[in-house]
Amino acid sequence: MQQPKTTEEPSQPTAGGSPRPDPMTEEPVAPANESSPEPPVTETPATKASKLTARDLNLWYGETQALFDINLDVLDREVTALIGPSGCGKSTFLRCINRMNDLIPSVQVQGEVELDGKNIYDPDVDVVQLRSRVGMVFQKPNPFPKSVYENIAYAPRIHGVAKKGGEMDDLVETSLRKAGLWKEVADRLDAPGTSLSGGQQQRLCIARAIAVSPEVILMDEPASALDPVATATIEELIDELRQNYTILIVTHNMQQAARVATYTAFFHLGELIEYDDTETMFTNPREKKTEDYITGRFG
Amino acid sequence: MPNNNDHHISHRYDQELEALRDDVLSMGSKVEEQIENAVRALTEGDDELAETTIRSDHAINAMEVAADDKAVSLLARRTPAARDLRFVMTAIKTITDLERMGDEAEKIARLARQLNSTKPLKRHMTLPSMSAAVRNQTRQALDCLASMDAEVALRVHGEDEKVDEMFEGISRELLTYMMENPNEISANIDILFVAKALERIGDHSKNITEYVIYMVHGKDVRHTNVNRLDLDKG
Repeated sequence: MQQPKTTEEPSQPTAGGSPRPDPMTEEPVAPANESSPEPPVTETPATKASKLTARDLNLWYGETQALFDINLDVLDREVTALIGPSGCGKSTFLRCINRMNDLIPSVQVQGEVELDGKNIYDPDVDVVQLRSRVGMVFQKPNPFPKSVYENIAYAPRIHGVAKKGGEMDDLVETSLRKAGLWKEVADRLDAPGTSLSGGQQQRLCIARAIAVSPEVILMDEPASALDPVATATIEELIDELRQNYTILIVTHNMQQAARVATYTAFFHLGELIEYDDTETMFTNPREKKTEDYITGRFG
Repeated sequence: MPNNNDHHISHRYDQELEALRDDVLSMGSKVEEQIENAVRALTEGDDELAETTIRSDHAINAMEVAADDKAVSLLARRTPAARDLRFVMTAIKTITDLERMGDEAEKIARLARQLNSTKPLKRHMTLPSMSAAVRNQTRQALDCLASMDAEVALRVHGEDEKVDEMFEGISRELLTYMMENPNEISANIDILFVAKALERIGDHSKNITEYVIYMVHGKDVRHTNVNRLDLDKG
């Protein structure tokens, strides 16, 4: 089990004093994890509890295996970045967390992804409800072909989060404020969402994701189609959102991972190679593969 | 430090790192030469050599500026990570220490010029052994920088203590001479300054070995008890 900072076994104190996460090891998973349905006991305050846990997660696209025994704890209200070369499985892993892969017929998933200790692949899980808890933002901004207001209001209306006019107005405003977009669109809520600039559209998509009060936000290359200024705005937003949401971000831009994420996981050829706090990953990673990748020695 | 059979995708990046490395190493050998010349100017009473050494310090300063430029450019344009980052940091810090070592060498040369003009003292006797120890320490520090050998670095790091002890010894010795013969106080103080300059050069060499350990292991060993550190990675 890889989990940054909070491990069951306080075995590896470093010079810095904080416990290091488990190294990427070939050792078997601690048996306690397999027998116990509860999230691993952590030694740090509740804010450091794990929100999401992947256990022995394997995934196939038809005959091709894309993920191999992924064991990873994502900590609550932290930003965790997934990095790795194309085809390493990071986006596939991300899509496992809100079961987006269900939409691909040939996909087969084995293992567990626990959200607050509950396996989201259990048969009794309502996928629609799951996706309201786990929101997603995509690479290319994809607002609905509707007004700015309707982009936000659509999902809450469907999920029954807010109904009445005044209540909905408040929710739309709050969501847009949280996404740092309110000031820019307050006077044109009726304009089509697609009329906004790329960066604004992406923040609209984030506002839309926030509107249903998710606990986890998945971001798949959220800034790769944006210019540096819009990228900086999104990164600033991510930094604010970390107070209230658990954020998982897939990015090809390693400097972006270094800037926004507290923890970074490196994937390669469908395996989780290393998972550690971001600073360690970028200054002194344990694994040679990680080092080669982040220093630009292979891609 | 870019390893030869381990290239970046970008060849230019490899070349830039290599160029910085070359700059630091050639600056190191220039500093070594300056120290050697400064000490010889004193022990052999060679005024001309003292002059040359004083005049050559600007070359080291110029090398410092050029190497710093390369390092800043690497940081700005390549955003190095992991061991590349550690290498660039090591280079930047080493450059600063080397420049100061150059200044100390210049200081010794100036003191040599001054001492050579006074009545010869026969009390340089203990100085050569200290300068030999310091030059040895410096050479080894630069060698382990070139080979990125943290084990050698750790050993050389420990040698600074000996140099410090030698300085202590020379200070006491000079003090007794000064008490015996107040006429020679001024000259003996100059010699004390030379010893102090050598001792500082030893300290800078020690710093360089610390950077090498950081470069190789990613652990900052400054201001810690190095002997207690477990430097095995992972």
